[in-house]
Amino acid sequence: MVANTIKFLLNNELVKIENLDPNTTVLQYLREEQFKSGTKEGCASGDCGACTVVLAELDTENSGQLTYKSINSCITFVGNLNGKQLITVEDLKEGAQLHHAQQTIVDNHGSQCGFCTPGFVMSSFALHKQNNKPNRAEVLEALAGNLCRCTGYRSIIEAAMTSSEGNQEDSFAKHYQQTLVTLTELEKLPTPTLHGNGNTYIAPQNIDELATELTNEPKSTIVAGGTDLALSVTQNLAVVKKLVYVGNVAELTTIEETESEIIIGSALPYSDFINTLHHYYPDLGDMIERIGAKQVRNTGTLGGNVGNASPIGDMPPALIALGATMTLHLNGTERTILVEDFFLDYKKTVLQTSEFIKSITIPKPVAGQTLKLYKISKRLDDDISAVLAAFFIEQTPTENGQKITNIRLAFGGMAGIPKRGPAAEAALLGKNLTKESVAQAKAALATDFQPMTDVRASDKYRMTVAQNLIEKCYLELQSAHTREVIETRVVNY
Amino acid sequence: MRTLIDVKKADTQKVKTNADKDVVNGQKNIGLGGVGRSKKHESADKQVAGEAIYVDDRPALRGELHAAVGQSTMAHANIISMDLSAVKAAEGVVKVMTVEDVPGHTDIGPVFPGDPVLAIGKVEFVGQPLFAVAATSFDLARKAVKLAKVEYQELEAVLTVKDALAKQSFVRPPHTLKRGDSESAIASAEHQLSGEIVVGGQEHMYLEGQVSTAEPTEDGGMNIYTSSQHPSEVQKLVAEVLDIPLNKVLVDMRRMGGGFGGKETQAAPWACIAALLANETKRPVKFKLARLDDMVMTGKRHPFENNYTVGFDKNGQIKGINIEVNGNCGYSPDLSDAIVDRAMFHSDNAYYLDQSTITGNRCKLNTVSHTAYRGFGGPQGMMTIELIMDEIARHLGKDPLAIRKINLYGKEERNVTHYDQTVEHNNLSEIIESLEESSDYQARRKAITEYNATSSILKKGIALTPVKFGISFTVQHLNQAGALVHVYTDGTIHLSHGGSEMGQGLNTKVAQIVAEEFQVDVDTVACSAARTDKVPNSSPTAASSGTDLNGKAAEAAAKTIKQRLIDFACEKYDVEAQQVHFENNNVIVGEQTFSFAEFSQIAYMNRVSLSSTGFYKTPKIHYDRASGKGRPFFYFATGACVSEVIIDTLTGEYKTVRTDILQDVGASINPAIDIGQIEGAFIQGMGWLTTEELVWNEQGRLLSNNPATYKIPAINDAPEDFRVALVPNAPNPERTIYNSKAVGEPPFMLGMAVWSALKDAVASVADYKVSPKLDTPATPERVLFAVEALKAAHENNATATK
Repeated sequence: MVANTIKFLLNNELVKIENLDPNTTVLQYLREEQFKSGTKEGCASGDCGACTVVLAELDTENSGQLTYKSINSCITFVGNLNGKQLITVEDLKEGAQLHHAQQTIVDNHGSQCGFCTPGFVMSSFALHKQNNKPNRAEVLEALAGNLCRCTGYRSIIEAAMTSSEGNQEDSFAKHYQQTLVTLTELEKLPTPTLHGNGNTYIAPQNIDELATELTNEPKSTIVAGGTDLALSVTQNLAVVKKLVYVGNVAELTTIEETESEIIIGSALPYSDFINTLHHYYPDLGDMIERIGAKQVRNTGTLGGNVGNASPIGDMPPALIALGATMTLHLNGTERTILVEDFFLDYKKTVLQTSEFIKSITIPKPVAGQTLKLYKISKRLDDDISAVLAAFFIEQTPTENGQKITNIRLAFGGMAGIPKRGPAAEAALLGKNLTKESVAQAKAALATDFQPMTDVRASDKYRMTVAQNLIEKCYLELQSAHTREVIETRVVNY
Repeated sequence: MRTLIDVKKADTQKVKTNADKDVVNGQKNIGLGGVGRSKKHESADKQVAGEAIYVDDRPALRGELHAAVGQSTMAHANIISMDLSAVKAAEGVVKVMTVEDVPGHTDIGPVFPGDPVLAIGKVEFVGQPLFAVAATSFDLARKAVKLAKVEYQELEAVLTVKDALAKQSFVRPPHTLKRGDSESAIASAEHQLSGEIVVGGQEHMYLEGQVSTAEPTEDGGMNIYTSSQHPSEVQKLVAEVLDIPLNKVLVDMRRMGGGFGGKETQAAPWACIAALLANETKRPVKFKLARLDDMVMTGKRHPFENNYTVGFDKNGQIKGINIEVNGNCGYSPDLSDAIVDRAMFHSDNAYYLDQSTITGNRCKLNTVSHTAYRGFGGPQGMMTIELIMDEIARHLGKDPLAIRKINLYGKEERNVTHYDQTVEHNNLSEIIESLEESSDYQARRKAITEYNATSSILKKGIALTPVKFGISFTVQHLNQAGALVHVYTDGTIHLSHGGSEMGQGLNTKVAQIVAEEFQVDVDTVACSAARTDKVPNSSPTAASSGTDLNGKAAEAAAKTIKQRLIDFACEKYDVEAQQVHFENNNVIVGEQTFSFAEFSQIAYMNRVSLSSTGFYKTPKIHYDRASGKGRPFFYFATGACVSEVIIDTLTGEYKTVRTDILQDVGASINPAIDIGQIEGAFIQGMGWLTTEELVWNEQGRLLSNNPATYKIPAINDAPEDFRVALVPNAPNPERTIYNSKAVGEPPFMLGMAVWSALKDAVASVADYKVSPKLDTPATPERVLFAVEALKAAHENNATATK
C-alpha cells in the first residue's frame, strides 16, 4: 500500500503535502501554497539562483550527519522534498537576530535592489554549514549559480568569506539531533506518491520497484534532479502526467570502485561523485565544476546528463573519450553498452520503452594515458558549452619518441549527438605528436564535423576552436614531457 | 612626481558601517544626521531576511486575476484576422481584450506616438502584444494566449542598421552637431584614419521582471502597484487608456528588483494592460512577465553602428573629425531621440574634438523598440572615440594612454565641447595621473610586454580609459523634483519623494539628507513608497539624477519645517534664531535642551505645521537643439579605470584579472553606497562589452531570450583584484546637494577599459603594429577571430618586408 503524501520538514516543522499537482515546483509551493514570498522567482529556469533554498538530507556516507545542499527551487518538483528538510530564507533569522549569512551581507553592503539577495544568503548558508572558514575559491564555487545585476559581486564575496567560526549556533544546529531523528523516521515510510490535478508522482525505493513501475506504466517520465525536465514545465508549459523519481532508488544512487573501474549510479548527483572523479582525472573534476552551478550539481545527475541525449551535454563527450560503458536495465534484464553507442541521432538513443540507465562505469587511468578536457563557453561560470572537447590519448615510448597507441577525440556541440572525430584520430594513431601530425589532425577534423551556427557560436568558431584545442592538447602534452611550463588556460589563471 | 589626488589616502574600499570608520572622503561626522556616512541600505535587513516586499510578493487581492498577452510571430505584417475563440474557451479565462476594447488612447508612446498598447491592424516586431487575457492563474493565462489563430499578410521587414540606412528608415529625423570645418581640418591634418564599429545592445536583466497589479477603485479609478522607474508616467498612461482623469489613478512604487533604465518606459505597457483588464472585469489583475516574455517583449540598450573619419597631427592630437552614430531604435521612437542625442553629445567622451561634425541617425528596424539603459546612449557614443584613441596609437606606434592624454579637454583652452558647453572644473588629467601611479600602470605595461614576448598561448593586455559624463536630463523640463516631509509628534519623520528606489540607495541617501537637516539619527526617518498622490508630476528616476533632484527637494521640505520650528522657538522662548540649534537628536533653545521628539510635541501643541512639501529645479541648464548649442548639463561626472586582462589565443577565452578605478563623486553622501554603484556599474559595463550578446535570427526573432543563452557577468567574472577609490576632498564646485555628484551611470562606461585591454592583448600577437578590429560584445568568438586576423596580417607584413 502506498501513501498519497509527501512528508518533509519545512524549517523545523513536519509538513505533508496531499492532492497537489506533482508538476508544482518547490518555488510555486513556497510562494503560492505556503505564502512565503522571501524566495524569489528571477527566471524560473535555474539560471539565476534568486530562488535558491537549502535541502538538508541524511548523509549517506556519514550516518548520523546531515548535508546541506543549495538547490534551485524553481526547477525542483515538490515531490523531491520527500524525506528532507527544506530551509528557506525566512527561516534563518531568530527573533530580531539576523543569521551570520544575512548579517555579513548587510555589513558588507552586499545588497542593492535585494532581489537576488535571498538566493545569495541561502547559497552562503549552505556553504558555511559545510565549511565555516571558506576561502575565496570555495566561495566562488558556491555562489557561481547566483546572479547579481547590481553589486558587481565584490561585497558579496567578502561577506561570504567572513568566517562563521565560533559563531552563535543557529536554530538548525540546535535542532540537529531532532532533525536527524525525524528524517530517519521519514526514510522508513512506505514509497511516497503524490496525486493532484490528474497527474501522479511516485518515488520507488529499489530497482525492482522502479523496473516494475516503468514496465507497468511505459509512458512514465523518469525524473532525477529534474534540472532539465522542469524547464519543459516552467518554460514550455508542458504537463508531465506521470513522474517517476529515481533519486530514492538505492541501486541507482551509489558510487563503487573496483581495482580498475569507478561505477556511478545514474541517479547520483554530481556533487556526490565529483571528488572521486577529480581524484583520478583532475581535468574531469575541473570540468564538472563548470557544469551548471552548485545548485544544479547538487541535484543534477550523470544519468540525466547522458539520458537526455543533448548534443551539448558536457559529460557524454568526456565519457566517450574515456571509453566508459553504461548498464541499462529493462524489467529485470541488464545489458552493458559503450556510452559511445548510446546516441543514435539528435535526442534519440538506444534506450527502449521502460528501459532505464542504471549506472555508468568509468575505467581508472593507467600509466601512459592522458585525458584532456576543454569546455568552451561565452561565460566561464554556469554556461552551456559552445564546444566541449575530450581527448583521451595513450602513448607508448619508442625509440623515436612517444607513439600514440590509442586515441579517442570526442566532441560536444559539434554535431547532433556527442561523437568522436574518426579522421582526426586516424591522423594521429600510430604516430608521434608532432607539429605535422597535429596539423594533419586539425585538417582532418573538418571532414569529421560540419558544426552548426546557433545563439552560442558560429559554425566557423566551433570548427576553429575544436581544431585549436587539438593543438593546445599537443602543446600541453609537449610541455609536460619537456617540463617547460607554458601557461595555456585562462580558466585556471 | 607629486599628483594632486592621493589615491592611497582615499582607500575607501573597505568602508563598513562601524562608526570609527565613518570618517571618509574628508568628511567628519559630528553628532548625528547622516550625510557623508556609510549607512547601510535602508532595506538591507529586510532584503537579507526575505522580508522586503516586491510587487509580486504582495498578498493576492480578493478575486485577483492574472494577465498574459498573445504575441506576434512576425517581424512585420498586416493582421488579416485573429480567431480568439479557443482562447476565450480555455480553462480559467475570464476576459479577452483586443485594441478594439480600449476605452481611451490606444497609443502609449511616452514622448512620440508609435507604441500601440495592443496591435492595431499590423505588427512591427516579433513578440508585439496582439491581445490580452485575464485568467484565474498565471499559468492558465500563459497557456490560453497560445491558442489564438492569427492570420498575417507578411510585409518586408527591416532587420539590419545598414538596411535601415539604405532605405532611410528612421523613427525620427537625423540630427547634426557641427563646429567649424571638419572636412578641411581632416584633409589638412598630417594623418587620416577612418573606420567603423558595431556596438551591441544589452538586455537589462533586472533580477525582478516587469510586474504590475491593477486594483479597481470605487469611483471608476485604478490603484496600480508597479515596478516602475516612472510612476507618474504610468499614472498618465493608465488614465489615458481608461479615459479617466489623472486624479482617479494612484500609482504606488515601493521598490524595484533592479531597473537600469529598463523600467523607465517599459513598465507602463503591462500596467496599462492590467488596468484595462481590471477595468473590464472589475477585479484586480496582476501582470507579471515570465522571464522569456520579458526578454522578448521589452526594449533593450540600442545597438549602434558608428563610423568616423579623423585627422590628427604627428603627436596624435585630433584636428578634425566626422562621426556618424547610427542607433538601432527598433520599431518606434520611444526615447530614441534623446538617446541618440546623448550618443552625439558623448561622442567626445573626455576629449577635445576641435573641428567636428557629429551626425546621429535614428534607424527604424522591425525589432522591439529599444529604450533607456544606464548611460542612455552615452556609452555607445563614447565607444567610437575610444576606438579612435586606440587606432591613432597603433597607427603612430604609441601607447594608447599617451594619445588619450594628449587629446583631453584643457582647463583654460581647448575646453569647449562640440555643443558649445564649456567643460568647467575639469579634473580628468589629475584623475588619470593619480590612477596611472596608484595602479602602477607603466611598470605593469612593461611587465605585460615582457610576458607576452615569452608566453606563446596566453597574452595579457592593459588599458586606461577615462569617462566624462554629462549630468542632467537633456529634456529640460524633467530636471525638477518634489518631496513631502512630515514630522510626527513622537519626533519620527516620514519622507516621500518623487524618486523611485531600484536598489541604488536613493531612499537611504535622501533619508540621510533629511536626518542631516534635523540632526537626528537616520533611523528616525522612514521613507515610504513613491506614490503619485503624495508627490505629483514626478520625473523618471533616471539620468543618474535621483539624489541630485530628490535630495534637494527633500532638503527644501525639511528646511521649511525646520524654519517653522526655529521661528516658533524664537517666539515661544524669546530667543534669537542663532540661539536655536539642532544637535544630536535634540533641539537646543538658548539654555534649554529638548529632545527632538519633545520639541515636536510642543510645536504641535502650539499649532505649528509639521508637514511640508519641497521643490527643486536644476539651475543653469539650457540648450537650443536647432543650433546645437547650449549647456545641456549642469556639470560633468568624471572617473577613470585601468583594467588588465589575459586572453587565450587558441580559444578566445579571457579573464579580467585586475581593475583599478578612481571616480569623482564629489563629496560623497554615502561612500559605501557610491562604491557599490561604481563596482556594479563597472561590472555591468564590462558585461555589455564582453559576454552579453543579443542574437536575432533572420526572421527578426530574438534567440538570446533567456539567461541560459544571454550571459551577464557571474561571480567569477569579477576581477580578483578589484580596487575602487573615490576622489578625496573633491566637493562638487556646482551647488548640488551637499556638493555631491551623481554616480548611477558614469562608472558604467569604465567597462570600456576591459574592451580596450582585450584589444591590447590581441594587438600583442602582431607586435602592437596592427590595430585589431574588435566589435562588441567581444565574445570569446570575436576575440579569437581578432587574433586570427592579426596573425594573418602579421604574417603578410612579415612576408612583405622580406
